[in-house]
Amino acid sequence: MNKAKRLLAGIAISALGVEAAQAEYKLNLVQGVTESSHAVYGLHQYMLWVCVVIGVLVFGVMFYSILHHRKSKGAVAAHFHENTTVEIIWTVIPFLILISIAIPATNVMLDMADTTDSDMTIKVTGYQWKWRYEYLDDKIDFFSSLDAKSNAARQKDSTVDPASVAHYLLNVDNPVVIPAGKKVRFLFTAADVIHSWWVPDFGWKKDAIPGFITDGWVKVDKPGVYRGQCTELCGRDHGFMPIVVEVKEEADYRKWVNERKQQSSQTQQDANKTFTKAELMAKGEEVYKSSCAGCHQPSGEGVKGSFPAIKNSPVAKGPIAAHTKLVLEGKGMMPGFRDMLSPAEIAAVVTYQRNAFGNNVGDQLQPKDIAASR
Amino acid sequence: MAADTHADDHGHHGPEKGLMRWIFTTNHKDIGTLYLLFALIMFFVGGAMAMVIRAELFEPGIQFVDPGFFNQMTTLHALIMVFGAVMPAFAGLANWMIPIMIGAPDMALPRLNNWSFWLLPFAACMLASTLFMEGGAPAAGWTLYAPLVLQGGNHFPFVIFSVHLLGVSSIMAAINIIVTIFNMRAPGMTFMKMPLFVWTWLITAFLLIAVMPVFAGAVTMLLTDKFFDTSFFSAAGGGDPVLYQHIFWFFGHPEVYIMILPSFGVISTIIPTFARKPLFGYSSMVYATASIALLSFIVWAHHMFTVGMPLAGELYFMYATMLIAVPTGVKVFNWLATMWKGAMTFETPMLFAVGFVVMFTLGGFTGLMMAVAPADMQYHDTYFIVAHFHYVLVPGAVYALLAAAYYWLPKWTGHMYDEKLGQLHFWLSTISVNVLFFPQHFVGLAGMPRRIPDYALQFAEFNMISSVGAFVFGASQLLFAYVVYKCIKGGEPATDEVWEDAKEHGLEWTLSSPPPYHSFTTAPEIK
Repeated sequence: MNKAKRLLAGIAISALGVEAAQAEYKLNLVQGVTESSHAVYGLHQYMLWVCVVIGVLVFGVMFYSILHHRKSKGAVAAHFHENTTVEIIWTVIPFLILISIAIPATNVMLDMADTTDSDMTIKVTGYQWKWRYEYLDDKIDFFSSLDAKSNAARQKDSTVDPASVAHYLLNVDNPVVIPAGKKVRFLFTAADVIHSWWVPDFGWKKDAIPGFITDGWVKVDKPGVYRGQCTELCGRDHGFMPIVVEVKEEADYRKWVNERKQQSSQTQQDANKTFTKAELMAKGEEVYKSSCAGCHQPSGEGVKGSFPAIKNSPVAKGPIAAHTKLVLEGKGMMPGFRDMLSPAEIAAVVTYQRNAFGNNVGDQLQPKDIAASR
Repeated sequence: MAADTHADDHGHHGPEKGLMRWIFTTNHKDIGTLYLLFALIMFFVGGAMAMVIRAELFEPGIQFVDPGFFNQMTTLHALIMVFGAVMPAFAGLANWMIPIMIGAPDMALPRLNNWSFWLLPFAACMLASTLFMEGGAPAAGWTLYAPLVLQGGNHFPFVIFSVHLLGVSSIMAAINIIVTIFNMRAPGMTFMKMPLFVWTWLITAFLLIAVMPVFAGAVTMLLTDKFFDTSFFSAAGGGDPVLYQHIFWFFGHPEVYIMILPSFGVISTIIPTFARKPLFGYSSMVYATASIALLSFIVWAHHMFTVGMPLAGELYFMYATMLIAVPTGVKVFNWLATMWKGAMTFETPMLFAVGFVVMFTLGGFTGLMMAVAPADMQYHDTYFIVAHFHYVLVPGAVYALLAAAYYWLPKWTGHMYDEKLGQLHFWLSTISVNVLFFPQHFVGLAGMPRRIPDYALQFAEFNMISSVGAFVFGASQLLFAYVVYKCIKGGEPATDEVWEDAKEHGLEWTLSSPPPYHSFTTAPEIK
């Protein structure tokens, strides 16, 4: 009931053209926050109005004719069926209109494609189904995937109401952070299938293709959080690959960079540490939820015919070396997790899989063993 | 004795009785009927899949199907609608009407005709059977982009071979149509006197022959990549995933015109009849159709503005794509001029034809918008695209097919259809189809990607509206099936002309309703 009311209110308000309501019931392209996105919005509006004007003229003539030239009104059919002048006019005029669109479009295109003179570069790699961000200048490297709350709410039998999750499906665990006012160049590639990186507020999207590097750039002056999604069909969880870009003032950005670097040195320390089994299990459960449960299901039972079960599986109950190798290198549709997870995370998740879901194998893996297997 | 039997056969000229008539038939009308019936069944199968999609999208969250199955539904819905419903339906119209419209007794290659049809049900069954295989049906979208499609399991070879069979069927039908049109026109019917529906099909047939083998090649390359260790599309082996897209769209773009050019022909046939005027600008219609067909070969990469082509390439494809608006505009203006100062009546076929012109033009407008490459960066792979191509394919191609069905049903069956139900069908369809697809423009512009089984909350309201529209549209089509059934069973007998003064608008109206089993045994003379 509440939903129906909101719906009606939304339609009424957007019909009145009240700006405030448009945040929730958007009817038009986003204007965005970059020069390119403003230019694209301008082009879009221009074409929209060209189409509206042509539409009004064409349909106006048509409906006039439908109303007045009908037999029931006693209309008698004329017999003309050729008029060269008219036909030339309605070939030439559309052509001129097209030229008037093509010229500004070309300028915008040239500007969008110009990735030279950038202040920094971030390499983005698409994985099924997460994004990897490598800051080539600052040597930061991390993965970004759907946040845990959305992930729990989106499961088929979840009891969580999507409306209770902030930014449902548009939130990630690790957002990309970029400095305001700097020209940031993005390089795109993919590790498995084709993905596409799109933040509507930036005004463009680019495919991430295995074996290829494509690029694009942004310069955002206004700090804020900008959200988008993968737009190229990339498999089962294509709908769950959001992108979140945080734009921070230069000083805040530097602070973030330092924090990130500390985190990665922590990861390196973890790689040499020996964990207790309880620690491994707790960490492993976390990793399993974010990296494995999407296919193998939270229950470990898998999806029959598509994703094998972990519960009672010959791999999880067999030799640990083969199990580790599979997680590191992947097989078929399953990606290799060597780059996606830290040695500590891999050790934890393998241990977890061997000792959860009733697989009481009893053995465990330490981060050091992963390093040894490289 | 033998000689006598022979003489008797000549006397009957009627169909065999029973099931064998349909299996072995070489008669263009029987085959046309088979094609149309098959297409109608597929339309409901593909439509049922669309209902699954819209049911899942009714509300945020995953309610009914696994996301993997959702992808299977979008893929099969598209493949079945394109190759199972729209293309065979037009082939059915071609089989039924082309010989009658050009004054021929039958198609030129009747045995081939039987083959082209009977490949279809087998190909369709093979495609549908993948649903029951381990790992399910293909889930890589109708474009079957590599490398995603190569992750497919057991279904993979079945899908590829099914596509091959569908392609072989289309090519054989196209060859038959070309040969028929070239060789079997009545004396005096020059090319520039041919009905426009015949013209559009002739051009479409050439498109089919030119591009179906390209598609077959592309999917065969997928097959060898999967099973024979080639690396056409695998970067790891030195291949190129974008190459697949180039090949696919070199087929795929003309393919969209394969589905729309015959519609132009249908509309150009129906509007003059109900405006009681000759078609305005016949020759420019022919030239416009031919230019659209030629342009369709050189614009394929406008489906790929985001793959990172060189700037010069993107600019070229942008300019070339925009050009298509010119001949398409000419066609719309000519239809308008045909209606202008006519004496119009609005029986069901005319309603669908007018609905086509209005809504196809809307789809054309969004097409023009997305031709502009920088703006397309925003539209690409969003629901704005879904809205665009559904406007040109549903109120476009499908409306033309419905218009054609109502227009020729009395001729085919000898009975008038139920005009009241027909009009009800039109209005239900037209209201619901707009409720269905119009809001998709909004969610697309607001940032909803296509092919996602679940979405952010800001898209919820319009998706709900869209789904309601979908259910009503789906249900309305059952009404159409009923109207057809009722018309076949009986009804007010149709005259030969059916529509007032229709004889001036085509040879088909000079034959009895229904026409004799062998259409024109004596060729009519065209002045």
